[in-house]
Amino acid sequence: MTWRPALALIAALGALAAFAPPAAAERLIASLSNHRVMVTSNFTGEELVLFGGIEQDAASRPRRSGYDIVVTVTGPRQTVVTFRKARILGIWVNADSRVIENAPAYVAVLSNRPLDAITNTETLRRLQLGLDNIPLAQRASVNIADAASDDPFRLAFIKIKSDHGLYREVSNGVTFLTPALFRASIPLPAEVPVGTYEVDVRLFADGAQIARAPSPFEVYKSGFEQVVTAAARDHGTLYGLATAMMAIATGWFASVVFRRD
Amino acid sequence: MQIYLPIADLPVNVFVILAMGLAVGFISGMFGIGGGFLMTPLLIFLGISPAVAVATVASHIAASSMSGAINYWRRRAIDLALVFMLLAGGIIGTAFGVWLFTTLRAIGQLDITIGVSYVLLLGIVGALMVTESVRAILRARQGKPVELRRPGSHTWIHGLPFKLRFKRSRIYVSAIPVWGIGFLIGFVGAVMGIGGGFLLVPMLIYVLRVPTGTVIGTSMVLTLVTMASATVMHAATNHLVDALLAVFLMVGGVTGAQFGARAGQKMSSERLRLLLGLLVLAVGLRFALDLVVAPENLYSIRILDPNT
Repeated sequence: MTWRPALALIAALGALAAFAPPAAAERLIASLSNHRVMVTSNFTGEELVLFGGIEQDAASRPRRSGYDIVVTVTGPRQTVVTFRKARILGIWVNADSRVIENAPAYVAVLSNRPLDAITNTETLRRLQLGLDNIPLAQRASVNIADAASDDPFRLAFIKIKSDHGLYREVSNGVTFLTPALFRASIPLPAEVPVGTYEVDVRLFADGAQIARAPSPFEVYKSGFEQVVTAAARDHGTLYGLATAMMAIATGWFASVVFRRD
Repeated sequence: MQIYLPIADLPVNVFVILAMGLAVGFISGMFGIGGGFLMTPLLIFLGISPAVAVATVASHIAASSMSGAINYWRRRAIDLALVFMLLAGGIIGTAFGVWLFTTLRAIGQLDITIGVSYVLLLGIVGALMVTESVRAILRARQGKPVELRRPGSHTWIHGLPFKLRFKRSRIYVSAIPVWGIGFLIGFVGAVMGIGGGFLLVPMLIYVLRVPTGTVIGTSMVLTLVTMASATVMHAATNHLVDALLAVFLMVGGVTGAQFGARAGQKMSSERLRLLLGLLVLAVGLRFALDLVVAPENLYSIRILDPNT
Protein backbone atom coordinates (compact mmCIF):
# COMPACT_ATOMS: atom_id res chain seq x y z
CA MET A 1 0.00 0.00 0.00
CA THR A 2 1.53 3.27 -0.97
CA TRP A 3 1.01 6.42 1.01
CA ARG A 4 -1.53 7.88 -1.38
CA PRO A 5 -4.34 5.27 -0.99
CA ALA A 6 -3.57 5.10 2.77
CA LEU A 7 -4.13 8.81 3.06
CA ALA A 8 -7.32 8.47 1.07
CA LEU A 9 -8.48 5.73 3.41
CA ILE A 10 -7.83 7.83 6.48
CA ALA A 11 -9.64 10.75 4.89
CA ALA A 12 -12.56 8.47 4.03
CA LEU A 13 -12.66 7.06 7.55
CA GLY A 14 -12.51 10.56 8.94
CA ALA A 15 -15.49 11.51 6.83
CA LEU A 16 -17.30 8.37 7.93
CA ALA A 17 -16.59 9.08 11.57
CA ALA A 18 -17.97 12.56 11.17
CA PHE A 19 -21.32 11.23 9.96
CA ALA A 20 -21.77 7.84 11.65
CA PRO A 21 -22.18 7.53 15.43
CA PRO A 22 -18.97 5.87 16.61
CA ALA A 23 -20.67 3.76 19.29
CA ALA A 24 -22.45 1.66 16.71
CA ALA A 25 -19.25 0.17 15.45
CA GLU A 26 -18.17 -2.07 18.34
CA ARG A 27 -20.10 -4.29 20.62
CA LEU A 28 -18.86 -5.08 24.10
CA ILE A 29 -19.68 -8.37 25.79
CA ALA A 30 -18.74 -9.02 29.41
CA SER A 31 -19.46 -11.88 31.79
CA LEU A 32 -18.54 -12.60 35.39
CA SER A 33 -17.27 -15.93 36.68
CA ASN A 34 -19.90 -15.82 39.42
CA HIS A 35 -22.96 -13.64 39.91
CA ARG A 36 -23.63 -14.63 43.50
CA VAL A 37 -20.88 -14.43 46.11
CA MET A 38 -21.72 -16.35 49.27
CA VAL A 39 -20.46 -15.15 52.63
CA THR A 40 -20.18 -18.22 54.83
CA SER A 41 -18.32 -18.78 58.08
CA ASN A 42 -15.08 -19.52 56.25
CA PHE A 43 -15.31 -16.46 53.99
CA THR A 44 -11.98 -14.67 53.79
CA GLY A 45 -12.60 -12.72 50.63
CA GLU A 46 -12.93 -13.81 47.05
CA GLU A 47 -11.74 -12.90 43.60
CA LEU A 48 -14.24 -12.63 40.81
CA VAL A 49 -13.07 -12.90 37.24
CA LEU A 50 -14.62 -10.84 34.49
CA PHE A 51 -14.18 -11.95 30.90
CA GLY A 52 -15.04 -9.76 27.99
CA GLY A 53 -14.81 -9.55 24.27
CA ILE A 54 -14.99 -6.74 21.76
CA GLU A 55 -17.01 -7.63 18.68
CA GLN A 56 -16.37 -5.70 15.55
CA ASP A 57 -18.82 -5.50 12.72
CA ALA A 58 -18.47 -4.36 9.13
CA ALA A 59 -18.64 -0.73 10.17
CA SER A 60 -15.68 -1.05 12.54
CA ARG A 61 -12.67 0.97 11.63
CA PRO A 62 -9.13 0.27 12.79
CA ARG A 63 -8.22 2.10 15.97
CA ARG A 64 -4.98 3.98 15.98
CA SER A 65 -4.13 3.29 19.62
CA GLY A 66 -6.02 0.04 20.10
CA TYR A 67 -8.73 -0.54 22.66
CA ASP A 68 -8.82 0.41 26.32
CA ILE A 69 -11.07 -1.08 28.97
CA VAL A 70 -12.14 0.55 32.23
CA VAL A 71 -14.09 -1.63 34.66
CA THR A 72 -15.82 0.11 37.57
CA VAL A 73 -17.24 -2.05 40.34
CA THR A 74 -19.53 -0.21 42.75
CA GLY A 75 -20.82 -1.75 45.96
CA PRO A 76 -24.02 -1.11 47.91
CA ARG A 77 -24.65 2.45 49.10
CA GLN A 78 -24.16 3.56 52.69
CA THR A 79 -24.41 6.76 54.62
CA VAL A 80 -21.04 7.31 56.23
CA VAL A 81 -19.71 9.91 58.64
CA THR A 82 -16.12 11.03 58.37
CA PHE A 83 -14.78 12.47 61.62
CA ARG A 84 -11.75 14.68 62.02
CA LYS A 85 -9.95 14.76 65.33
CA ALA A 86 -8.65 17.95 66.88
CA ARG A 87 -6.93 18.67 70.13
CA ILE A 88 -9.36 20.08 72.66
CA LEU A 89 -8.19 20.67 76.23
CA GLY A 90 -5.13 18.55 75.57
CA ILE A 91 -6.92 15.47 74.31
CA TRP A 92 -7.78 14.37 70.80
CA VAL A 93 -11.51 14.30 70.15
CA ASN A 94 -13.71 14.05 67.06
CA ALA A 95 -14.21 17.76 66.54
CA ASP A 96 -15.51 18.03 62.99
CA SER A 97 -17.46 15.69 60.76
CA ARG A 98 -19.05 15.33 57.32
CA VAL A 99 -21.88 13.01 56.38
CA ILE A 100 -21.46 11.37 53.01
CA GLU A 101 -24.76 10.26 51.53
CA ASN A 102 -24.96 7.17 49.34
CA ALA A 103 -21.28 6.46 49.42
CA PRO A 104 -20.49 3.16 47.70
CA ALA A 105 -19.23 0.66 50.27
CA TYR A 106 -16.86 -0.73 47.67
CA VAL A 107 -15.28 0.78 44.57
CA ALA A 108 -12.78 -0.86 42.26
CA VAL A 109 -11.61 0.89 39.12
CA LEU A 110 -9.67 -1.53 36.95
CA SER A 111 -8.09 -0.61 33.63
CA ASN A 112 -5.48 -1.89 31.24
CA ARG A 113 -3.35 1.24 31.62
CA PRO A 114 -3.44 4.39 33.75
CA LEU A 115 -6.73 6.26 33.36
CA ASP A 116 -5.04 9.52 32.38
CA ALA A 117 -3.35 7.65 29.51
CA ILE A 118 -6.68 6.32 28.28
CA THR A 119 -8.50 9.60 28.03
CA ASN A 120 -8.26 13.19 29.19
CA THR A 121 -9.13 14.55 32.63
CA GLU A 122 -12.23 16.27 31.36
CA THR A 123 -13.74 13.04 30.00
CA LEU A 124 -12.84 11.14 33.18
CA ARG A 125 -14.62 13.78 35.23
CA ARG A 126 -17.67 13.79 32.98
CA LEU A 127 -17.94 9.98 33.07
CA GLN A 128 -17.16 9.93 36.84
CA LEU A 129 -14.32 7.49 36.27
CA GLY A 130 -11.58 6.81 38.77
CA LEU A 131 -11.40 7.34 42.53
CA ASP A 132 -10.75 11.06 41.95
CA ASN A 133 -14.07 11.42 40.19
CA ILE A 134 -16.53 9.11 41.93
CA PRO A 135 -19.46 11.12 43.23
CA LEU A 136 -19.42 11.41 47.03
CA ALA A 137 -22.10 13.88 48.03
CA GLN A 138 -21.46 15.50 51.38
CA ARG A 139 -24.24 16.72 53.57
CA ALA A 140 -23.05 19.88 55.27
CA SER A 141 -25.84 20.68 57.77
CA VAL A 142 -28.56 21.55 55.23
CA ASN A 143 -27.36 21.50 51.66
CA ILE A 144 -25.94 18.50 49.88
CA ALA A 145 -22.98 19.33 47.73
CA ASP A 146 -20.49 17.32 45.79
CA ALA A 147 -17.21 18.13 47.46
CA ALA A 148 -14.29 19.20 45.32
CA SER A 149 -11.98 16.31 44.53
CA ASP A 150 -9.29 17.79 46.81
CA ASP A 151 -11.63 18.23 49.80
CA PRO A 152 -9.73 16.90 52.86
CA PHE A 153 -12.71 14.91 54.17
CA ARG A 154 -13.25 13.31 50.80
CA LEU A 155 -9.56 12.44 50.44
CA ALA A 156 -9.41 11.06 53.99
CA PHE A 157 -12.50 8.96 53.36
CA ILE A 158 -11.02 7.48 50.18
CA LYS A 159 -7.71 6.90 51.96
CA ILE A 160 -9.35 4.96 54.82
CA LYS A 161 -11.44 2.90 52.41
CA SER A 162 -8.33 2.19 50.33
CA ASP A 163 -6.41 1.07 53.43
CA HIS A 164 -9.15 -1.51 54.02
CA GLY A 165 -8.93 -2.65 50.41
CA LEU A 166 -12.48 -1.46 49.81
CA TYR A 167 -11.56 1.32 47.39
CA ARG A 168 -8.96 0.66 44.79
CA GLU A 169 -7.77 1.85 41.44
CA VAL A 170 -5.68 -0.70 39.58
CA SER A 171 -4.14 0.56 36.36
CA ASN A 172 -3.09 -2.94 35.30
CA GLY A 173 -6.21 -4.70 36.51
CA VAL A 174 -7.39 -5.50 32.99
CA THR A 175 -5.34 -7.80 30.77
CA PHE A 176 -5.85 -8.15 27.05
CA LEU A 177 -5.53 -11.81 26.04
CA THR A 178 -5.94 -10.97 22.38
CA PRO A 179 -6.57 -7.50 20.95
CA ALA A 180 -10.30 -8.19 21.26
CA LEU A 181 -10.47 -10.40 24.35
CA PHE A 182 -9.76 -9.26 27.89
CA ARG A 183 -10.02 -10.42 31.48
CA ALA A 184 -10.10 -8.55 34.79
CA SER A 185 -10.01 -9.88 38.31
CA ILE A 186 -12.17 -8.16 40.89
CA PRO A 187 -10.68 -8.58 44.37
CA LEU A 188 -13.31 -8.72 47.10
CA PRO A 189 -11.72 -8.46 50.59
CA ALA A 190 -13.35 -10.21 53.53
CA GLU A 191 -14.82 -6.93 54.77
CA VAL A 192 -17.07 -6.38 51.73
CA PRO A 193 -20.62 -5.70 52.86
CA VAL A 194 -23.52 -7.71 51.51
CA GLY A 195 -25.67 -6.23 48.78
CA THR A 196 -25.83 -5.68 45.05
CA TYR A 197 -22.66 -4.69 43.20
CA GLU A 198 -22.71 -2.98 39.83
CA VAL A 199 -20.00 -3.80 37.34
CA ASP A 200 -19.73 -1.21 34.60
CA VAL A 201 -17.42 -2.10 31.72
CA ARG A 202 -16.49 0.72 29.35
CA LEU A 203 -14.66 0.42 26.07
CA PHE A 204 -12.47 3.29 24.99
CA ALA A 205 -10.71 3.91 21.75
CA ASP A 206 -8.69 6.94 20.86
CA GLY A 207 -9.70 8.60 24.10
CA ALA A 208 -13.44 8.30 23.58
CA GLN A 209 -15.93 5.92 25.12
CA ILE A 210 -17.43 3.78 22.35
CA ALA A 211 -19.29 1.01 24.17
CA ARG A 212 -20.51 0.08 27.60
CA ALA A 213 -21.77 -3.15 29.23
CA PRO A 214 -23.19 -3.68 32.72
CA SER A 215 -22.88 -6.92 34.69
CA PRO A 216 -24.14 -6.89 38.28
CA PHE A 217 -23.42 -9.43 41.00
CA GLU A 218 -24.62 -9.96 44.52
CA VAL A 219 -22.82 -10.61 47.79
CA TYR A 220 -25.01 -12.35 50.34
CA LYS A 221 -24.71 -14.12 53.64
CA SER A 222 -25.83 -17.69 53.68
CA GLY A 223 -26.38 -20.50 56.12
CA PHE A 224 -25.34 -19.87 59.70
CA GLU A 225 -24.09 -16.33 59.05
CA GLN A 226 -27.40 -15.38 57.51
CA VAL A 227 -29.41 -16.91 60.36
CA VAL A 228 -27.39 -15.09 63.03
CA THR A 229 -27.54 -11.74 61.24
CA ALA A 230 -31.27 -12.00 60.61
CA ALA A 231 -31.93 -13.05 64.22
CA ALA A 232 -29.86 -10.18 65.61
CA ARG A 233 -31.65 -7.68 63.41
CA ASP A 234 -35.23 -8.92 63.47
CA HIS A 235 -35.51 -10.48 66.93
CA GLY A 236 -33.03 -8.43 68.96
CA THR A 237 -34.49 -9.18 72.38
CA LEU A 238 -34.82 -12.92 71.80
CA TYR A 239 -31.34 -13.01 70.32
CA GLY A 240 -30.00 -11.19 73.38
CA LEU A 241 -31.81 -13.57 75.73
CA ALA A 242 -30.40 -16.54 73.84
CA THR A 243 -26.87 -15.11 74.05
CA ALA A 244 -27.27 -14.42 77.77
CA MET A 245 -28.58 -17.97 78.35
CA MET A 246 -25.64 -19.30 76.39
CA ALA A 247 -23.28 -17.32 78.65
CA ILE A 248 -24.92 -18.72 81.78
CA ALA A 249 -24.84 -22.26 80.39
CA THR A 250 -21.15 -21.95 79.43
CA GLY A 251 -20.27 -20.63 82.88
CA TRP A 252 -22.24 -23.37 84.60
CA PHE A 253 -20.73 -26.03 82.37
CA ALA A 254 -17.21 -24.81 83.12
CA SER A 255 -17.78 -24.92 86.86
CA VAL A 256 -19.06 -28.50 86.56
CA VAL A 257 -16.21 -29.65 84.32
CA PHE A 258 -13.49 -28.10 86.45
CA ARG A 259 -15.09 -28.89 89.81
CA ARG A 260 -12.53 -30.14 92.26
CA ASP A 261 -14.27 -30.34 95.63
CA MET B 1 -8.35 -21.16 61.22
CA GLN B 2 -10.25 -18.12 60.04
CA ILE B 3 -13.90 -17.70 60.82
CA TYR B 4 -16.21 -14.96 59.61
CA LEU B 5 -18.03 -13.12 62.40
CA PRO B 6 -21.62 -12.42 61.33
CA ILE B 7 -22.22 -9.21 63.28
CA ALA B 8 -18.71 -7.77 63.44
CA ASP B 9 -18.56 -8.47 59.67
CA LEU B 10 -14.96 -9.54 59.50
CA PRO B 11 -13.00 -12.76 59.64
CA VAL B 12 -10.86 -13.50 62.69
CA ASN B 13 -8.54 -16.29 63.66
CA VAL B 14 -10.37 -18.62 66.04
CA PHE B 15 -7.19 -19.48 67.93
CA VAL B 16 -6.35 -15.84 68.53
CA ILE B 17 -9.82 -15.30 70.04
CA LEU B 18 -9.56 -18.45 72.15
CA ALA B 19 -6.09 -17.45 73.35
CA MET B 20 -7.33 -13.98 74.26
CA GLY B 21 -10.22 -15.55 76.14
CA LEU B 22 -7.82 -17.86 78.00
CA ALA B 23 -5.40 -15.09 78.93
CA VAL B 24 -8.07 -12.67 80.10
CA GLY B 25 -9.91 -15.54 81.80
CA PHE B 26 -6.73 -16.46 83.69
CA ILE B 27 -6.38 -12.91 84.96
CA SER B 28 -10.05 -12.66 85.82
CA GLY B 29 -9.98 -15.92 87.74
CA MET B 30 -6.83 -14.89 89.57
CA PHE B 31 -8.20 -11.56 90.77
CA GLY B 32 -11.90 -12.39 90.90
CA ILE B 33 -12.83 -9.78 88.30
CA GLY B 34 -14.64 -10.00 84.97
CA GLY B 35 -11.72 -8.82 82.88
CA GLY B 36 -13.80 -6.68 80.55
CA PHE B 37 -11.41 -3.75 80.92
CA LEU B 38 -8.78 -5.94 79.24
CA MET B 39 -10.97 -7.77 76.74
CA THR B 40 -12.71 -4.76 75.21
CA PRO B 41 -9.45 -2.98 74.24
CA LEU B 42 -8.01 -6.26 72.90
CA LEU B 43 -11.02 -6.77 70.63
CA ILE B 44 -10.83 -3.18 69.40
CA PHE B 45 -7.15 -3.78 68.66
CA LEU B 46 -8.13 -6.79 66.50
CA GLY B 47 -10.20 -4.44 64.33
CA ILE B 48 -13.63 -5.13 65.81
CA SER B 49 -15.60 -1.91 66.12
CA PRO B 50 -15.73 -0.54 69.69
CA ALA B 51 -19.52 -0.77 69.71
CA VAL B 52 -19.57 -4.49 68.83
CA ALA B 53 -16.70 -5.13 71.25
CA VAL B 54 -18.48 -3.48 74.20
CA ALA B 55 -21.78 -5.24 73.48
CA THR B 56 -20.21 -8.67 72.99
CA VAL B 57 -17.85 -8.50 75.96
CA ALA B 58 -20.91 -8.12 78.21
CA SER B 59 -21.94 -11.70 77.41
CA HIS B 60 -18.38 -12.96 77.90
CA ILE B 61 -18.23 -11.41 81.38
CA ALA B 62 -21.62 -12.94 82.18
CA ALA B 63 -20.20 -16.39 81.39
CA SER B 64 -17.03 -16.02 83.45
CA SER B 65 -18.86 -14.54 86.44
CA MET B 66 -21.39 -17.37 86.24
CA SER B 67 -18.66 -20.00 86.55
CA GLY B 68 -17.05 -18.07 89.43
CA ALA B 69 -20.35 -17.42 91.17
CA ILE B 70 -21.19 -21.13 91.31
CA ASN B 71 -17.94 -21.84 93.15
CA TYR B 72 -18.72 -19.15 95.70
CA TRP B 73 -22.31 -20.34 95.99
CA ARG B 74 -21.06 -23.77 97.04
CA ARG B 75 -18.93 -22.12 99.72
CA ARG B 76 -21.95 -20.06 100.85
CA ALA B 77 -19.92 -16.90 100.26
CA ILE B 78 -22.65 -14.89 98.55
CA ASP B 79 -24.87 -12.32 100.24
CA LEU B 80 -28.03 -12.57 98.15
CA ALA B 81 -29.87 -9.83 100.03
CA LEU B 82 -27.04 -7.42 99.24
CA VAL B 83 -27.06 -8.59 95.62
CA PHE B 84 -30.78 -7.78 95.30
CA MET B 85 -30.36 -4.31 96.77
CA LEU B 86 -27.39 -3.58 94.51
CA LEU B 87 -29.37 -4.92 91.55
CA ALA B 88 -32.23 -2.52 92.19
CA GLY B 89 -29.81 0.27 91.35
CA GLY B 90 -27.85 -1.81 88.85
CA ILE B 91 -30.68 -2.49 86.40
CA ILE B 92 -31.58 1.21 86.22
CA GLY B 93 -27.91 2.06 85.79
CA THR B 94 -27.54 -0.47 82.97
CA ALA B 95 -30.60 0.82 81.13
CA PHE B 96 -29.32 4.38 81.49
CA GLY B 97 -25.88 3.26 80.32
CA VAL B 98 -27.23 1.52 77.21
CA TRP B 99 -29.25 4.66 76.43
CA LEU B 100 -26.17 6.89 76.77
CA PHE B 101 -24.17 4.42 74.68
CA THR B 102 -26.75 4.66 71.87
CA THR B 103 -26.86 8.46 72.07
CA LEU B 104 -23.08 8.88 72.06
CA ARG B 105 -22.79 6.52 69.13
CA ALA B 106 -25.29 8.62 67.22
CA ILE B 107 -23.34 11.85 67.76
CA GLY B 108 -19.95 10.25 67.11
CA GLN B 109 -18.48 10.73 70.58
CA LEU B 110 -18.65 7.13 71.78
CA ASP B 111 -14.99 6.28 71.24
CA ILE B 112 -13.74 9.37 73.00
CA THR B 113 -16.13 8.82 75.93
CA ILE B 114 -14.97 5.24 76.29
CA GLY B 115 -11.37 6.45 76.08
CA VAL B 116 -11.70 9.21 78.67
CA SER B 117 -13.72 7.03 81.04
CA TYR B 118 -11.12 4.30 80.86
CA VAL B 119 -8.32 6.74 81.66
CA LEU B 120 -10.11 8.35 84.59
CA LEU B 121 -11.54 5.17 86.05
CA LEU B 122 -8.56 2.89 85.58
CA GLY B 123 -6.09 5.61 86.53
CA ILE B 124 -7.82 6.49 89.79
CA VAL B 125 -8.72 2.95 90.82
CA GLY B 126 -5.30 1.62 89.81
CA ALA B 127 -3.45 4.31 91.73
CA LEU B 128 -5.60 3.77 94.84
CA MET B 129 -5.10 0.01 94.74
CA VAL B 130 -1.35 0.28 94.28
CA THR B 131 -0.85 2.72 97.18
CA GLU B 132 -3.19 0.81 99.45
CA SER B 133 -1.59 -2.58 98.77
CA VAL B 134 1.96 -1.23 99.06
CA ARG B 135 1.00 0.21 102.44
CA ALA B 136 -0.47 -3.12 103.48
CA ILE B 137 2.63 -5.01 102.37
CA LEU B 138 4.88 -2.57 104.26
CA ARG B 139 2.72 -2.92 107.37
CA ALA B 140 2.98 -6.69 107.14
CA ARG B 141 6.78 -6.43 106.76
CA GLN B 142 7.02 -4.33 109.91
CA GLY B 143 5.14 -7.04 111.72
CA LYS B 144 2.04 -4.99 112.49
CA PRO B 145 -1.27 -6.87 112.35
CA VAL B 146 -3.31 -6.35 109.20
CA GLU B 147 -6.35 -4.18 109.86
CA LEU B 148 -9.22 -5.78 108.07
CA ARG B 149 -12.11 -4.16 109.79
CA ARG B 150 -12.26 -1.44 112.36
CA PRO B 151 -15.52 -2.05 114.22
CA GLY B 152 -15.86 1.39 115.72
CA SER B 153 -15.01 3.47 112.68
CA HIS B 154 -18.18 4.94 111.21
CA THR B 155 -18.26 7.40 108.34
CA TRP B 156 -21.04 9.74 107.20
CA ILE B 157 -22.36 6.88 105.08
CA HIS B 158 -23.47 5.10 108.20
CA GLY B 159 -25.56 8.12 109.17
CA LEU B 160 -27.90 7.85 106.15
CA PRO B 161 -31.51 6.74 106.60
CA PHE B 162 -33.32 3.56 105.31
CA LYS B 163 -31.01 1.27 107.19
CA LEU B 164 -31.01 -2.41 106.31
CA ARG B 165 -29.38 -5.41 107.92
CA PHE B 166 -27.48 -7.83 105.65
CA LYS B 167 -27.15 -11.01 107.68
CA ARG B 168 -24.59 -12.95 105.74
CA SER B 169 -22.22 -10.00 105.43
CA ARG B 170 -22.97 -8.94 109.02
CA ILE B 171 -23.39 -5.29 108.10
CA TYR B 172 -26.08 -2.73 108.92
CA VAL B 173 -26.09 0.11 106.36
CA SER B 174 -28.40 2.54 104.62
CA ALA B 175 -29.97 1.42 101.32
CA ILE B 176 -28.95 4.68 99.61
CA PRO B 177 -25.22 3.99 99.13
CA VAL B 178 -26.06 0.39 98.17
CA TRP B 179 -28.40 1.59 95.42
CA GLY B 180 -25.89 4.23 94.37
CA ILE B 181 -23.07 1.72 93.98
CA GLY B 182 -25.38 -0.64 92.07
CA PHE B 183 -26.43 2.16 89.72
CA LEU B 184 -22.85 3.25 89.09
CA ILE B 185 -21.65 -0.30 88.34
CA GLY B 186 -24.54 -1.01 85.97
CA PHE B 187 -24.07 2.32 84.21
CA VAL B 188 -20.30 2.08 83.84
CA GLY B 189 -20.57 -1.53 82.70
CA ALA B 190 -23.02 -0.79 79.92
CA VAL B 191 -21.14 2.25 78.60
CA MET B 192 -17.62 0.90 78.86
CA GLY B 193 -18.12 -2.81 78.31
CA ILE B 194 -16.70 -3.75 81.67
CA GLY B 195 -18.28 -5.75 84.44
CA GLY B 196 -17.03 -3.29 86.99
CA GLY B 197 -15.74 -6.00 89.33
CA PHE B 198 -12.51 -4.11 89.90
CA LEU B 199 -14.62 -1.09 90.94
CA LEU B 200 -17.27 -2.94 92.90
CA VAL B 201 -14.94 -4.99 95.10
CA PRO B 202 -13.06 -1.98 96.56
CA MET B 203 -16.33 -0.04 96.97
CA LEU B 204 -17.97 -2.88 98.84
CA ILE B 205 -14.90 -3.21 101.07
CA TYR B 206 -14.18 0.44 101.76
CA VAL B 207 -17.61 2.10 101.55
CA LEU B 208 -20.00 -0.57 102.79
CA ARG B 209 -17.39 -2.46 104.86
CA VAL B 210 -18.49 -5.81 103.53
CA PRO B 211 -16.16 -8.51 104.96
CA THR B 212 -13.69 -10.02 102.48
CA GLY B 213 -15.32 -13.45 102.84
CA THR B 214 -18.49 -12.51 100.98
CA VAL B 215 -17.27 -9.64 98.84
CA ILE B 216 -16.02 -11.48 95.73
CA GLY B 217 -18.91 -13.94 95.52
CA THR B 218 -21.42 -11.13 95.93
CA SER B 219 -19.65 -9.04 93.31
CA MET B 220 -19.68 -11.96 90.89
CA VAL B 221 -23.42 -12.56 91.18
CA LEU B 222 -24.08 -8.86 90.66
CA THR B 223 -21.76 -8.78 87.65
CA LEU B 224 -23.50 -11.85 86.24
CA VAL B 225 -26.93 -10.26 86.40
CA THR B 226 -25.92 -6.79 85.16
CA MET B 227 -23.86 -8.20 82.28
CA ALA B 228 -26.55 -10.70 81.26
CA SER B 229 -29.11 -7.90 81.17
CA ALA B 230 -26.65 -5.59 79.37
CA THR B 231 -26.31 -8.33 76.72
CA VAL B 232 -30.07 -8.46 76.24
CA MET B 233 -30.40 -4.66 76.17
CA HIS B 234 -27.50 -4.17 73.75
CA ALA B 235 -28.95 -6.87 71.50
CA ALA B 236 -32.42 -5.34 71.62
CA THR B 237 -31.43 -1.71 71.01
CA ASN B 238 -28.20 -1.72 69.02
CA HIS B 239 -28.19 -5.22 67.45
CA LEU B 240 -24.46 -5.38 68.01
CA VAL B 241 -23.92 -8.56 70.04
CA ASP B 242 -21.89 -11.02 67.99
CA ALA B 243 -22.96 -14.42 69.31
CA LEU B 244 -20.26 -16.31 67.43
CA LEU B 245 -17.49 -14.09 68.81
CA ALA B 246 -19.09 -14.42 72.25
CA VAL B 247 -18.97 -18.24 72.12
CA PHE B 248 -15.23 -18.33 71.48
CA LEU B 249 -14.53 -15.69 74.12
CA MET B 250 -16.66 -17.55 76.66
CA VAL B 251 -15.08 -20.94 76.06
CA GLY B 252 -11.58 -19.49 76.37
CA GLY B 253 -12.58 -17.26 79.26
CA VAL B 254 -14.20 -19.82 81.55
CA THR B 255 -11.33 -22.27 81.01
CA GLY B 256 -8.67 -19.67 81.74
CA ALA B 257 -10.56 -18.51 84.81
CA GLN B 258 -10.29 -21.92 86.44
CA PHE B 259 -6.51 -21.97 86.14
CA GLY B 260 -6.29 -18.35 87.16
CA ALA B 261 -8.29 -19.01 90.32
CA ARG B 262 -5.86 -21.74 91.33
CA ALA B 263 -2.86 -19.51 90.68
CA GLY B 264 -4.49 -16.72 92.66
CA GLN B 265 -5.00 -18.86 95.74
CA LYS B 266 -1.23 -19.32 96.07
CA MET B 267 -0.62 -15.59 96.50
CA SER B 268 -1.18 -13.29 99.46
CA SER B 269 -4.11 -10.93 99.04
CA GLU B 270 -1.94 -7.80 99.36
CA ARG B 271 0.32 -8.98 96.57
CA LEU B 272 -2.70 -9.86 94.43
CA ARG B 273 -4.14 -6.38 94.96
CA LEU B 274 -0.80 -4.80 94.06
CA LEU B 275 -0.57 -6.82 90.84
CA LEU B 276 -4.14 -6.01 89.88
CA GLY B 277 -3.57 -2.34 90.72
CA LEU B 278 -0.50 -2.24 88.48
CA LEU B 279 -2.41 -3.95 85.67
CA VAL B 280 -5.33 -1.56 85.96
CA LEU B 281 -2.95 1.40 86.04
CA ALA B 282 -1.07 0.14 82.98
CA VAL B 283 -4.23 -0.23 80.91
CA GLY B 284 -5.33 3.25 82.04
CA LEU B 285 -1.99 4.74 80.98
CA ARG B 286 -2.22 3.00 77.62
CA PHE B 287 -5.57 4.71 77.03
CA ALA B 288 -4.18 8.05 78.24
CA LEU B 289 -1.40 7.76 75.68
CA ASP B 290 -3.97 7.31 72.91
CA LEU B 291 -5.74 10.47 73.98
CA VAL B 292 -2.78 12.83 74.31
CA VAL B 293 -0.43 11.61 71.59
CA ALA B 294 -1.23 13.07 68.18
CA PRO B 295 -2.99 10.32 66.21
CA GLU B 296 -1.38 9.01 63.06
CA ASN B 297 -4.62 9.50 61.18
CA LEU B 298 -6.82 12.41 62.21
CA TYR B 299 -9.75 11.01 60.30
CA SER B 300 -12.01 8.10 61.04
CA ILE B 301 -15.18 6.89 59.40
CA ARG B 302 -18.33 5.23 60.65
CA ILE B 303 -21.21 3.77 58.71
CA LEU B 304 -24.50 5.35 59.79
CA ASP B 305 -27.05 3.14 58.14
CA PRO B 306 -26.56 0.78 55.23
CA ASN B 307 -29.25 1.68 52.71
CA THR B 308 -30.23 -1.88 52.02
